[in-house]
Amino acid sequence: MAEFTLPKNSKVGKGKHWPAPAGATNIRSFKVYRYDPDSGENPRTDTYDVDMDSCGPMVLDALIKIKNEIDTTLTFRRSCREGVCGSCAMNIDGTNTLACTKFNEEVKGEIAIYPLPHQPVVKDLVPDQTHFFAQYRQIEPWIKVDTPPPARERLQSPEEREKLDGLYECILCSCCSTACPSYWWNADRYLGPAVLLQAYRWLADSRDEATGERLDQLEDPFRLYRCHTIMNCTRTCPKGLSPAAAISEIKRMMVARQV
Amino acid sequence: MADDKGRLRSPLGHARGLGSARSGTRHYIAQRWTALALAPLAIWFVFGLISHLGASYAQAGAWIGNPINAVLILLMLGALFHHAQLGLQVVIEDYVHGHGSKLVLLILVKGLALFFATLAILAVLRISIGGPA
Repeated sequence: MAEFTLPKNSKVGKGKHWPAPAGATNIRSFKVYRYDPDSGENPRTDTYDVDMDSCGPMVLDALIKIKNEIDTTLTFRRSCREGVCGSCAMNIDGTNTLACTKFNEEVKGEIAIYPLPHQPVVKDLVPDQTHFFAQYRQIEPWIKVDTPPPARERLQSPEEREKLDGLYECILCSCCSTACPSYWWNADRYLGPAVLLQAYRWLADSRDEATGERLDQLEDPFRLYRCHTIMNCTRTCPKGLSPAAAISEIKRMMVARQV
Repeated sequence: MADDKGRLRSPLGHARGLGSARSGTRHYIAQRWTALALAPLAIWFVFGLISHLGASYAQAGAWIGNPINAVLILLMLGALFHHAQLGLQVVIEDYVHGHGSKLVLLILVKGLALFFATLAILAVLRISIGGPA
């Protein structure tokens, strides 16, 4: 059966409180999930009081400030700090999003930060995404053609190119997949919204010649049809895309080749 | 695949698993078509029942016994039990992960749906075609 309670070694305890420096007047609390596999201890949440007068506006700014000035052991991924790399995906105030594009001001009260849900945790806010990227590799996300390459580029009309809008912008942060209950229960076999959106990106590409082959690979009760249109994916996407719409397009193609 | 636990299978091999079943679309289509059929049939049936509140046994029997009504009720029963079985199958596949228990539950649900569908169909036939009460 699906597990509805946390296993014993995953129960989250209360951690340390790190007070703000003396004299700080504009203080906000950040409650951050901490887990260190080397310690053998259960995860805990530490609370950091941050002086917002010397902190940038984004949640990522606060995390970097905490790591630089308060607690250097705090571990998280980050890179571009402008919402195009997908590294700092995490659960902030109960919603999966990118720390670098989330304003501290959007959250009322204490700002709770957890790693992406239902993923193995490597350390603190760093989830293990090995399986997620193996699934991405599985859909063979590259152009597949039998027609020999033309002398110049493979042409695509503006209308055909338009079909990739809302798909090519995906940065594979995995906010959507890890927000999906179906992916929580069946990630082993269900590809999840992010990978299915990427699969549709190649199904929708007029230059690709492997559409049927790709559909064959997706036609499976678990790989595709675990999607029950719950819509958490579309609601949480930090890039404003709709994986749910992409998935229903795949289902439409599946029906179109049967009926 | 649970079988991979403790083994050194590559992440890609694990993700590909046993490959695509190349099915699922028929299930998806059947679920939607039975839903489409049930929307008018169920409303019609419920209205039929309501309009016979307080009617005598003979009057209700005559309504069900009418050939058109009987056929519509039979179609509704078929769609209803098929749709229920398809839906429960999805729930089981979602939440039951042991291969053995999943198989047992799937067969049980299919069997029960078939049993009750046949029972209901027999009841309608008995009223419409007649037979020992």
